[in-house]
Amino acid sequence: MSKKSSEIPMAGNILEPGNAREYKTGGWRAERPKHNPEDCLWIKNGTCALCCIFCPDNAIKLSEKDGKFLYAYDYDYCKGCGICANECPKSCITMEAE
Amino acid sequence: MAATVKMTKPKGSIEGLTGDAAIAYALKQCDIDVLSAYPITPQTIIVEDYQRFFAEGQVKTKVIPVESEHSAMSACIGASAAGARVATASASAGLALMWEVLYCASGMRQPIVLAVANRALSAPINIHNDWSDSYGARDSGFIQMYCQSCQEAYDTTIMSFRIAENHNVLLPAMVCIDGFILSHNVERVELLPDEVVRDFVGVRVPVQPLDTDKPITMGPLCLTDYYFEFKEQEDKAMREVFKVYKDVEAEFQKVTGRSYGMYETYKTKDADIIMLTHSSPAGTAKAVVDALREQGEKVGVLRMKLFRPFPAAELAKELSSAKAVAVFEKCLSFGAPTNPLALEVRTALYDLPKKPMVTDFVVGLGGRDVPPATIVEGYNKTKQYLEKGKAPLYETLGVRK
Repeated sequence: MSKKSSEIPMAGNILEPGNAREYKTGGWRAERPKHNPEDCLWIKNGTCALCCIFCPDNAIKLSEKDGKFLYAYDYDYCKGCGICANECPKSCITMEAE
Repeated sequence: MAATVKMTKPKGSIEGLTGDAAIAYALKQCDIDVLSAYPITPQTIIVEDYQRFFAEGQVKTKVIPVESEHSAMSACIGASAAGARVATASASAGLALMWEVLYCASGMRQPIVLAVANRALSAPINIHNDWSDSYGARDSGFIQMYCQSCQEAYDTTIMSFRIAENHNVLLPAMVCIDGFILSHNVERVELLPDEVVRDFVGVRVPVQPLDTDKPITMGPLCLTDYYFEFKEQEDKAMREVFKVYKDVEAEFQKVTGRSYGMYETYKTKDADIIMLTHSSPAGTAKAVVDALREQGEKVGVLRMKLFRPFPAAELAKELSSAKAVAVFEKCLSFGAPTNPLALEVRTALYDLPKKPMVTDFVVGLGGRDVPPATIVEGYNKTKQYLEKGKAPLYETLGVRK
């Protein structure tokens, strides 16, 4: 992400779709979410997932492997907005200063 | 029916046209796709004439009457982004209302042609000529060309599309005429046949147009990491204008025999004092030079045409042999050490080993007449300052104080 003025399209035009991926918004984060798996419904039985649904940056990665439910944040894109912490019905997510 | 209508003769024709009418006719011949404008004195005739061309079915242009100048330029940008050849016109408060969008037009690299009939800014409200409006927009990324005659307004409008739409440039362009003095005065104008203009301007070839088959995003958010790079691109494009301007003019000269240059010199070769101005005062200054030359004074005129980009290097060469340069400008830059035109001239001369003295006379604000006597007064003052070896940074002339 450090191209010269001669290497980029004219006037900031975006010629190909989907390039927001190149812009890592994780650098904006002042607080990072911390996940406590103990009461998490996704970890327990693969339900709820409200944090993932509400995340504006698709930065919560829910997956299933060998019958186990896994939970991770993608800190390249998590802006630390705290929506996940706000939405969690079990209060499993807390925001901590970077 | 106006005189401008019956003009499609094979060999062109000669008509008496106002500056506004000449620009409107040029726009018609340039076959613009979209004209979006809001009327404001003294630019109104341009839009009125063009609306009549439209109403009479003489043009296929989409004419968009909008609710403000802000919207006028916005609509122009949208149309230009889609690949259309686009023009608008404004002045004074209208241009001021366009301000925000002027920067969008240049930042998005849309080659829109904007005719400006220069008019003073409020308050007090005033409909007459000075250059405060377009001088205020001198940093907006628009090319700025100032015309001295209705013929030049017609010719420049035609050339401006070729300059703006050039792929090395892709910047919007202002064609400026002095409000009322040019916009409403009838002069002899040689018109080109339609097909000659059509061949000269050609069809715009857009670089990255809006296209439903190949969608792109224009004007996105751009922050600390890339904004500066796009401004660098814009600056580079502006520097390209010098060459493109010369090329387009050379081609125009082949077709018409007429050319104007980035600036025009009048009896400057052996001149001790060169009077530097543009637009209508330049014509008066030339007449003054003729009279002063008869009295044995060594004086000439340099009439600027291209103000943005400013041809500083060429100008420095042209002025280097003079003892003094007397700038006459119709704009007051409140609180500035000197005023816009003199500021550029002084900057252009700064690196010369032997610099001419520069005097700066602010004249004709709000359409105050600039008669030969005012020019002579400035000339005489410059002569006195030369003798004293010292001049004020600027002064106002022709005002009761």
